[in-house]
Amino acid sequence: MDTLTSNSSSARAAELAARDSYGRLLALLSAASHDVTAAEDALGDAFEQAVRTWPVQGVPATPDAWLLTVARNRLRDRWRAAEYRRTLALDPERDAPIHLDDVDVDAIPDRRLELMLVCAHPAIDRAMHTPLMLNTVLGFTAEQIGRAFSVPAATMATRLVRVKKRIRTTGIPFRLPDRDDLPPRMAAVLEAVYGAYVIDRTETGPEALHLAEVLAALVPDDPEARGLAALVQLSAARAVARTGPDGRFVPLADQDPARWDRRLIGRAHEHLRAAHTHGRLGRFQVEAAIQALHCTGSPEVRTLLDLHRILQDLAPSLGGGVALAAVTAEAEGPASGLARLDALMSEAGEAASRFQPARATRAHLLASLGRHDEAVAEYEQAIALTADSAERAHLRNLRAVEGSRHAARNQQGSYRGP
Amino acid sequence: MRYALLMHHHEPAEGELSAEAQRAFDVYAKALQQAGVLLAAEVLQPMDASTTVTNRDGAVQVQDGPFAATKEALAGVFLIDVPDLDAAIGWAGKCPGAQWGTMEIRPVATSFVDGGWTR
Repeated sequence: MDTLTSNSSSARAAELAARDSYGRLLALLSAASHDVTAAEDALGDAFEQAVRTWPVQGVPATPDAWLLTVARNRLRDRWRAAEYRRTLALDPERDAPIHLDDVDVDAIPDRRLELMLVCAHPAIDRAMHTPLMLNTVLGFTAEQIGRAFSVPAATMATRLVRVKKRIRTTGIPFRLPDRDDLPPRMAAVLEAVYGAYVIDRTETGPEALHLAEVLAALVPDDPEARGLAALVQLSAARAVARTGPDGRFVPLADQDPARWDRRLIGRAHEHLRAAHTHGRLGRFQVEAAIQALHCTGSPEVRTLLDLHRILQDLAPSLGGGVALAAVTAEAEGPASGLARLDALMSEAGEAASRFQPARATRAHLLASLGRHDEAVAEYEQAIALTADSAERAHLRNLRAVEGSRHAARNQQGSYRGP
Repeated sequence: MRYALLMHHHEPAEGELSAEAQRAFDVYAKALQQAGVLLAAEVLQPMDASTTVTNRDGAVQVQDGPFAATKEALAGVFLIDVPDLDAAIGWAGKCPGAQWGTMEIRPVATSFVDGGWTR
């Protein structure tokens, strides 16, 4: 068992290391050529050559430097070939990927922040920010990303090609924006990284979450980047415990804390401590604080309520509103929770009625108020909106319980007619 | 990179540019020039002054218009040479036209300079 665990964790470490070097090298090559597609092709060629020659000649002392040099030469070959093909005069000063010559391959600089800023640039369709990051920074294929976003692989591939072409033709720079522009640009980067946290990760695996760790390492002084990394890690730490041994969904309150990943929780707390030293509270830090409180096993419900209120003030959202209603129910009873939820739902209208957490929470609250028939109807709605099969099964069970309670009450003929 | 900053606004425009707007354009163009990025700055006559020309199979056709049903019309062109899109966005945002109309940023694909087409 131990060897199995250490094997799989070392395999995971190797995979992350490979993704790290892919992103670092691609960022470097793209920044120099301003052409992500050309950089990908060159890097792809370099990896191909590595697979051919390393088993024969041995792995070079600095694999990344080797890959960078080969890819750099590929880019240069491409450029030379283009020079012959072109009838237009080229300006060698402007057109040569000359900056690559300045790169000290022994101390490869990290340009992944610049690459992430390009991916989340306002001139790029917002819906493509996260896919582009997963593709360029972590090296996920269009097929994997397409599945995670429920989009056919060919469609995702076409979109990625189009958006990379756009980076080149519009002249989106691989540099940090001016000081005034940095805060909104960083906010977009955080949003895109958060996007990797909310997608269906059955296809991309936990590696998609690695984006948050990469970002926090690139901007250690950004408290929100730290907060986001903490949030992602706290959620990942409990991922295993969400599913029972029989594959069934286990809600947070019933999870076995022994199955949580203590190492990840520890890392998350390090991030949160580092973030709090800056004294600049933000949405992701509060969300992470809420998750951290849940990870204590017995969260103080008043503190939880305060945090949810702060979160709704900082960054109002439908999901945040539903969570606030649920915590209000815990702190002040199901009737006040339901009142808050119904107020939120009538305010949000159609969007809220199709929002699974809103319907599921409403069903739970109705059930705890003893309004069984209404609870059954509400569970039906929630089940119809639930994509996760384990969670759907869990909701079906609850609906069945409510259904039998309703029937039992009718038989007693207590306070409802036939 | 060369960019065309295309200024669009609602037509019919409310009369001539106000004295205040003219002053704003003056300040803007001088700032572009001082930064060494200005290639050309043109504010256009309204669309009712435009004429359309086509040449299909050697037949030159001239028409008044177009009076397309679009709400916004091209009202001016600023041609600039800056390092990248972020710089172009910076200048587009400073254009007085951005305050009442829309600035469209188009990268130049190729331009005729010193007797030849460049990239």
